Amino acid sequence: MNIEIKDLRFTYPTGLEALKGISLSVNAGEQVAIVGQNGAGKTTLVRHFNGLLRPSAGSVWIGDWDTSKYSVAKLASRVGYVFQNPDEQLFSRDVLTEVAFGPKNLGYEKDKVDALVKRALSLTELNDQTETNPYDLSPTWRKMVALASIIAMDTPIVIFDEPTTGQDAVNVARIANVIAELKKEGKTVITITHDIDFCAENFERVIALSKGEVLLDGPAREVLGQEEILAQTYVDPPQLTRLGKMLGLKATVINQEEFLNALK
Amino acid sequence: MAFVNFQNVTYKYPLTKTPVLKNINLQVNEGEFIAVMGPNGAGKSTLCYALAGFVPHFFKGEISGEIEVDGKKSSESTLDEWVLNVGLAFQNPFNQISGAKYTVFEEIAFGLENIGVPRNEMKDRVDEAMALTGIRDLADRSPYSLSGGQQQRVALTSILVMRPRLLVLDEPTSQMDPIGTREVFGVVRKMAEEGMTVVMVEHKVEWIAHFADRVIALNEGQVLMEGKPNEVLTADLLPEKGFGISRYTSVARQAQQQGLWKQKQLPVTLFEAAEGFTSKGGGGSN
Repeated sequence: MNIEIKDLRFTYPTGLEALKGISLSVNAGEQVAIVGQNGAGKTTLVRHFNGLLRPSAGSVWIGDWDTSKYSVAKLASRVGYVFQNPDEQLFSRDVLTEVAFGPKNLGYEKDKVDALVKRALSLTELNDQTETNPYDLSPTWRKMVALASIIAMDTPIVIFDEPTTGQDAVNVARIANVIAELKKEGKTVITITHDIDFCAENFERVIALSKGEVLLDGPAREVLGQEEILAQTYVDPPQLTRLGKMLGLKATVINQEEFLNALK
Repeated sequence: MAFVNFQNVTYKYPLTKTPVLKNINLQVNEGEFIAVMGPNGAGKSTLCYALAGFVPHFFKGEISGEIEVDGKKSSESTLDEWVLNVGLAFQNPFNQISGAKYTVFEEIAFGLENIGVPRNEMKDRVDEAMALTGIRDLADRSPYSLSGGQQQRVALTSILVMRPRLLVLDEPTSQMDPIGTREVFGVVRKMAEEGMTVVMVEHKVEWIAHFADRVIALNEGQVLMEGKPNEVLTADLLPEKGFGISRYTSVARQAQQQGLWKQKQLPVTLFEAAEGFTSKGGGGSN
């Protein structure tokens, strides 16, 4: 399912102009990372995809739906959104109820709900926590519950808002694995992140936002190599890209394997 | 005598079965900048709470051993005495923002109001603190209208304005862009130079290596390693235990196996990596 954004503008009631004319299209099955400085408009942009925010001008299309004409509840069948802060999202007494809430509300049959919940719990490694109260889990695992509850809705488009914030290396690897699995299933994954190394290792396309506008948009290697332009939105290229540049490697390298191959 | 002194501290929350901190011994000198790192569940936030007096005074639970800051024992102090010396910026700024104030300026003044600082002095101190963390332009915004990274700066500023002698920061840059991260590390380093003692929980290894005096690696409630940033951050033990390490360290370790890194010491920072790969006997550039 494609996403089409045409000259999207958004001004908050306070008068803050957060998006100043954004046009983008995302094809079904693409893995896109959105980067940019704090306040660049990243969260404001993705909150238009599921109708949490409505355009002040311009339009956002999810497949054949114009988001301004559909409710958040309706859009939830097409776009899953994992909040930056899991505590804004979780409300159930136990993990199982929390994860089953979404697919139940989409009106799926019990068998389908059970199957979706089971798959979401196993992807997020929460199989043995079904009876736990989410608030008795550490913030790390609360994040995984938030991920599971969205994955269980089986939407064609999934949005993660800073999924790796405050996560350790083991959990970042778990989250990368979830994203890889969603990719295999042909889902569109859109992720906001400040973790540029995570971005380089897991996403094929990168969009850099700056002050409510698209600064760069293209394949990860092309975008992440543009050190000077990225600096305008306070983004540093990945560590190994910077190292490769400093060593005078000809090609832009974005991961360990590429770096070592270029050295040989 | 160290400014912060933990002696055999073991602590269990009221509802957990096993201790979260296990026999912690820790000394921090005045003006020292300590970075604490460790996998999720290592006890990092609990250590912060223990430094800030919330463990055990607010959370209750069972504690043994002794925690001292500036020669005063936590066990013999009340929380309201303790917080005059120690400031804690929470991991999640959303949990820290009072909800009682309409603007960022008022939010930052909140702590000073509570300890009865005169109005004029309060204004000056809030202005000064906001300038330090670069958030003057947010002064009239609602704390709830800010992005995650901006909220973190406000949370940090509202602690700095109190001028605590011990500053405890629980992942203060987790939602910040790289420039914001660098600036926060810079501000914290400056505070340490001016004599403030700093304990900062962080995952961002490269910046720890640049700015911290010493690193404590915490694992399963115990101190796994401590020492100079370079020694700790390049130890083979860390990745084995699930610690995040610098990409420069991991690429150099792999390069070492392929004969492309010939230095004894592994790098943590960009500069160290670039130097190691270009120096004589190192892997060449093409």
